[in-house]
Amino acid sequence: MTTTLTKVGDAAPEAAASGGSGPKTRRGKDKPEVRIGLGLKARFRRDKSLIFMTLPAVLLLGLFAYVPIMGNIVAFQDYSPFVGIANSPWVGLDNFARVLSDANFWVAVKNTLVITAFQLIFFFPIPIILAILLNSLVRPALRATIQAIVYLPHFFSWVLVVAVFQQILGGAGLLNQQLLANGWQGMDIMTNPDTFLFLITSQSIWKDAGWGMIVFLAALNAIDPSQYEAAAVDGAGRWKRMWHVTLPGLRPVIILLLILRLGDSLSVGFEQLILQRDAVGAGASEVLDTFVYFTGVQNGDWSYAAAAGLIKGVVSLALILGANKVAHLFGEAGVYSKK
Amino acid sequence: MTTIEKLPKKTGGLRWPGSEAPTRAAWEEEPSKAIKAAKSATLIIVVLAVLLPLYTIVLTSISTQSTITNAGGLVLIPGEISWDAYRQIFTGGVVTRAIMVSVGITAVGTVLSLVVSVLCAYGLSRPGTLAHTPLLFVLLITMFFAAGMIPSYLLVSGLGMIDSYAALILPSCISVFNIIILRGFFMGIDQGILDSARIDGASEWRILGQIVMPMSKAVTAVIALFYGVGYWNAFFNAILYINDSSKNPLQVVLRSYVLQGVSVPGQIAVGQGVAASLALQMAVIVVAMVPILFVYPFVQKHFTKGVMIGAVKG
Repeated sequence: MTTTLTKVGDAAPEAAASGGSGPKTRRGKDKPEVRIGLGLKARFRRDKSLIFMTLPAVLLLGLFAYVPIMGNIVAFQDYSPFVGIANSPWVGLDNFARVLSDANFWVAVKNTLVITAFQLIFFFPIPIILAILLNSLVRPALRATIQAIVYLPHFFSWVLVVAVFQQILGGAGLLNQQLLANGWQGMDIMTNPDTFLFLITSQSIWKDAGWGMIVFLAALNAIDPSQYEAAAVDGAGRWKRMWHVTLPGLRPVIILLLILRLGDSLSVGFEQLILQRDAVGAGASEVLDTFVYFTGVQNGDWSYAAAAGLIKGVVSLALILGANKVAHLFGEAGVYSKK
Repeated sequence: MTTIEKLPKKTGGLRWPGSEAPTRAAWEEEPSKAIKAAKSATLIIVVLAVLLPLYTIVLTSISTQSTITNAGGLVLIPGEISWDAYRQIFTGGVVTRAIMVSVGITAVGTVLSLVVSVLCAYGLSRPGTLAHTPLLFVLLITMFFAAGMIPSYLLVSGLGMIDSYAALILPSCISVFNIIILRGFFMGIDQGILDSARIDGASEWRILGQIVMPMSKAVTAVIALFYGVGYWNAFFNAILYINDSSKNPLQVVLRSYVLQGVSVPGQIAVGQGVAASLALQMAVIVVAMVPILFVYPFVQKHFTKGVMIGAVKG
């Protein structure tokens, strides 16, 4: 992976140019400036202010991203906060052995994967459908209004979203209120572990389906209208055009987002779940992140939780690299590409 | 060869204010009545699913106890209006404090994040400069491998930042994703302009401040919104790093009052009605929501055409 995310870097100027100030040539394609003959010293003198500008960000990342990565060595220790990392005894892979033989850990793994699978099936297609639906509207102002409304909840915090759901679907919420008022039996969706999967998926849809839609709308915009015209002239109806023009046009984006989602399989709405863990119990809502939080921060079993967290991090890394590899095999661009 | 027999019928009926005439391409058939109805129904349901909960929450927060009792809970039909709930949470007490904490964190954090990110993005916007690739890698690797919660917590506590406001700002100060978006935008700026400024003797700082930034207002506004929303919504960092309840930001207070059912305290001025407890809870929800509702329309228009998409489209 020599040129990580070049795609991201290259695509933005194009959009900026087309969205901003009229037609412009594509800068990203230009060759990087190579100035032969400049020594290291001269290049440093030339570029020192640019390098200096990156320093604050690099220092912050160094401290809050790289130091903790090294801090993962506590997973190989029997860490105690009183003696610190330097003096805690080394225990090799004991913590990992303990984690892997812990039934609760596997419950968390199972829940995590079930939630991911469930969301892939029920959440993932919705932004695509919404985008196609919205794209078919012919009035630009109506389209823009609906768009602005549906992606508003993306900016709400999880606390707010869960609070809203509790007010609507909870034991004393609006739904029950209406049910009871009309002589039906009430139900408390917010505390029922059996329907928890549906609950959190609908929360995710409410919050993020509109936001997810934006990417697909952009991809739909990028489809050449003459393709539709040609298909229509050849006698393809509305559904045939959707199948043969629209969906192939969306394919690269769908695959890219699938990869990102798969690489992220082990992270499922941490804040969302931790907020509802009390209500439905750990059996249904414990996922890897909450497992790490409760065993580590709450129970003080630091090394053990760090081991579980490290397993998650490494598996996630493998997943994203693997998913990207698969995408390359299918001839898709993936998240990053080799030059 | 099929000729285009059906020219688009001019769609009559109500025109959405400010919209141009509907433009359906000549080859595109007018959808059938059934499809149109299904489409409208779906869209109405989608829009209501977002707006109805917000509507009833806002309405309940400004309703009197008797209106709430009559409704049996959340109010759908406006009754008597009362601002007691807001008066109560804004006159000192835990909620007022939490609002101030959140406003402070959001203001300081957003400015800091934005400055650091813009500088870094500009510094990395010219491939070919010294150490460009290694520096870029330092950033990108963090997108693939996250350190994990336990070492991060140990670091923050090792730095003595537990129970400090800095713990709510610094660990989440930069988002590499946002820097990449900014960098992409900066790379798209016509380099000729920058080169001519350079020949005229302008320093990189001056080019950034006087040429690049004025050209990048839209993208900067969007990135500022992303950071601002992140700080305003910060919840987990607060429960992780803050034990002192007087330093809790609004989201944590929102959780304890609305989700955990702690009753909302507040001073009640003499001669004023006592707000219904449900109205109080809803008022806290509204307070958490309002800043987003206000900032959103200003920045929303930049989303579709531009930044986000360019960055994600790939």
